[in-house]
Amino acid sequence: MKLTDIFEETYTALSANKSRSGLTILGIVIGISSVIVMVAIGQGSQASITSQIESMGSNLIAVTPGVAMSSNSRVSSGWGSAQSLDNDDLERLKAELVGVKGVAGELSGRYQVIANGNNTNTSVVGTEPAYAIVKNLGLASGDFISEQNLRNASRVAVLGPTVVEDLFGEGADPVGETVKINGLKFKIIGVSESKGGLMNQDDAIFIPLTTIQRSLVGRNRLSTIDIAAESTAVMSSVEEQTKAILLDEHDIANPDEADFQVMNQAEIVEAVSNITATLTLLLAAIAGISLVVGGIGIMNMMLTTVTERTREIGLRKALGAKRIDINRQFLFEAIVLTLLGGIIGITLGSLISFTISYFDLIQTKISVLSVVLAFGISAAIGIVFGYYPARRASALNPIEALRYE
Amino acid sequence: MIEVKNIKKTYTNGGIPSEVLKGLSFRIDDGEFVAIMGPSGSGKSTIMHILGCLDSPTEGRYFLDGNDVSDLSDDELAEIRRKKIGFVFQSFNLLPRCSALRNVSLPLVYSETNKEERMAQAEQCLEDVGFLKEHFHNLSNQLSGGQMQRVAIARSLVNNPSIILADEPTGNLDSATGKIVMNTFRRLNTEEKRTIVVITHEAEVAKYSDRTIYIKDGLITEEPIKGK
Ligand SMILES: Nc1ncnc2c1ncn2[C@@H]1O[C@H](COP(=O)(O)OP(=O)(O)O)[C@@H](O)[C@H]1O
Ligand SMILES: [Mg+2]
Repeated sequence: MKLTDIFEETYTALSANKSRSGLTILGIVIGISSVIVMVAIGQGSQASITSQIESMGSNLIAVTPGVAMSSNSRVSSGWGSAQSLDNDDLERLKAELVGVKGVAGELSGRYQVIANGNNTNTSVVGTEPAYAIVKNLGLASGDFISEQNLRNASRVAVLGPTVVEDLFGEGADPVGETVKINGLKFKIIGVSESKGGLMNQDDAIFIPLTTIQRSLVGRNRLSTIDIAAESTAVMSSVEEQTKAILLDEHDIANPDEADFQVMNQAEIVEAVSNITATLTLLLAAIAGISLVVGGIGIMNMMLTTVTERTREIGLRKALGAKRIDINRQFLFEAIVLTLLGGIIGITLGSLISFTISYFDLIQTKISVLSVVLAFGISAAIGIVFGYYPARRASALNPIEALRYE
Repeated sequence: MIEVKNIKKTYTNGGIPSEVLKGLSFRIDDGEFVAIMGPSGSGKSTIMHILGCLDSPTEGRYFLDGNDVSDLSDDELAEIRRKKIGFVFQSFNLLPRCSALRNVSLPLVYSETNKEERMAQAEQCLEDVGFLKEHFHNLSNQLSGGQMQRVAIARSLVNNPSIILADEPTGNLDSATGKIVMNTFRRLNTEEKRTIVVITHEAEVAKYSDRTIYIKDGLITEEPIKGK
C-alpha cells in the first residue's frame, strides 16, 4: 500500500467522523499545550530568577554572619541574632583582599518610613559608596552615597523606585525632599534604577553605613559584606582569601567552626536553579498526566473505530490486503490524530505562554527542546496507543470480520 | 484451474467440533462456469471461502493452478486473493460513504497501482458490467441493490483475476435484477473466458452455469436436489 493511499484512507476515515476525531484531538491538544505552558512557566521563572540574581552584580561573593553548627550544616541566622561581622572585618578585607573590584559592608533593617504624608514600612540598607559598583546599582536621578556622607554619617538617603512610588506617587522625582526614617529626618539625594522583581532591591532605602550604625542600630555590626571579584577566574581565590582573613580576624583555627558563611553568586544561582528545575519537572509531570489521558482517548477512539469497521477490515482483507496494510492504516490514523493534536497543542501552548508573559503574569520561556519533545511525545503516544488497536484490526479473520454485524 | 482433494473442514464451537465439510473432491477447469448448489447450511459458503483462499481446510489438499495452497500463511493467501481471485458477496460489501469508482478501485490500492491507472481501470470495469457513467461518483449508500451488485462485480474484475467467486450474488436482489446480474456473469465467462463459480440455492440461478456441483451436508451428491 502506497503512502499517499494510506494518507487518503486516513483522511477519509477521520473526516467521516469529524466530531469524534475532533474531540479525540482535543484531548491531545490539552495535554500537549499544558506541557508546553508548564515547561515554559518553569523555564521562564528559572531564567528570570537567574537573571535577577546576576543583575545584582557579577562575580559576587556575599559574607553573612552565621553560627557554626557542624562540619557540613551551617545555619544562617539573620541580623539581630548572629552578630559575628563588624567594621574590623570589613576594614581587613578591604585592606588585604587581592583581585577585587569592590568591597561593601551592609547593615540593614526594616523601619517605618514617612514622607509626603505617606507612610510605609521598608528595608533600610546602610552601606558604602562601593555598594553601587559591587551590586551594579544604577541611579535614575541624583547621586549615590558619597565618601563624605559616609565620613560625616550624614542623614541622606537614596530611595528605591518602589519606595518612591509608595511615598510620592509614580514618576515623581523626590530628590531634595526629606523622608523620616524611624522618626529621624533624612535628605533624599538620589533614586536608584529599577532592577525588577524578586530580590527587592527596588523596595529599599539606602543610607550611609555609618549613619545606620550610629543613629538607627547603635552598634558597629554588619549584616552582609558584599565583595565583587575582578573576574570569574579569581572568584575561588577571592573566596579562599576571604575565609582565611576572617578566620584569622576571628581567631578561629578550624574552618569548620567558622562563625560566618561565604557564598558566591554561582552557588546561589545553582541552588535556585536546582529548585526551579525541580519545579519545572513537577509542573511538566502534572501536565504529562493530561497527556496520558489524551493518549487513552486515542486508544479508546481507535478501538471503537476498529470494532465499527470490522466488516470493512474483513472486506479489505478479502480483496487482498495483508496484515501490514491494515496495521499501517490504523496506526497511521492514530499517529495523524496525535500529530494534529500535537501541532495544535504546541501552537496553543505557545500562544498561552506568550499571553501570560505579555500581560506580565509570570515570565515564560518556550524552549525549542520542549517543542521538539512535545512533538515527539505526541507521535510516540500515537504509536503506543494506536499499536494495540491496529494490531487487533490486522489480526482479524476475514471471514469472521465479514460476518460481523 | 481449481482442484480440491478430500477437503474437510471442522469448526469447533465451545469445545464441540462440528464437521461442516466431510471430504469434498472436485475440479474446475479454466474458463468453466460452475454453480455450486445445496440447501442452506450445507457448507457452500465454507467451500467458497476455501476456494477463495479466505480460509484453509482442516484436512485435504487444495491445488490452485497446480500449486498446493492448503497450508499457506495469512499473508501468502492474501497475495493469492489479490492476484487471482475476485469475490462477489450476497450482501455486496461495499465501502460505505465511498463513490462507486473508489469502491471498484479498492483492490488496486493493495497492488500499489497508481491512482490514475486505478481510476481508468475502475471506469473500464464499471462500463463492462453496464454501470452508467453518470453514477460513477455516487456514494455506495445512494445506489440501488442492482447497482450495488454491479459495482461489486466490477470490483471483483478490477484486478483482472482468472477466477470469480460469487456467494449467492442474487440473494438480495429481485428476480429481474438477478437475471441481469447472472447475464453479466454469463458474458464475462463467454467473452472474457474467466472461470466463474456461483454459489446458490436457487435452481433458477444455477441454470446460467455450464455445470452444477451439488452439496448436501458437506458432501457432494450426484442427484439434483428436489424442491425449492
Ligand atoms: N466460523 C464458523 N464457526 C462455526 N460454525 C460455522 C462457521 N461457519 C460456518 N459454520 C457452520 O457451518 C455450517 C455450514 O455453513 P455455510 O458454509 O455458511 O452454509 P451455506 O453457505 O451452505 O448456507 C453451518 O451449520 C454453520 O453454522
Ligand atoms: Mg452461505
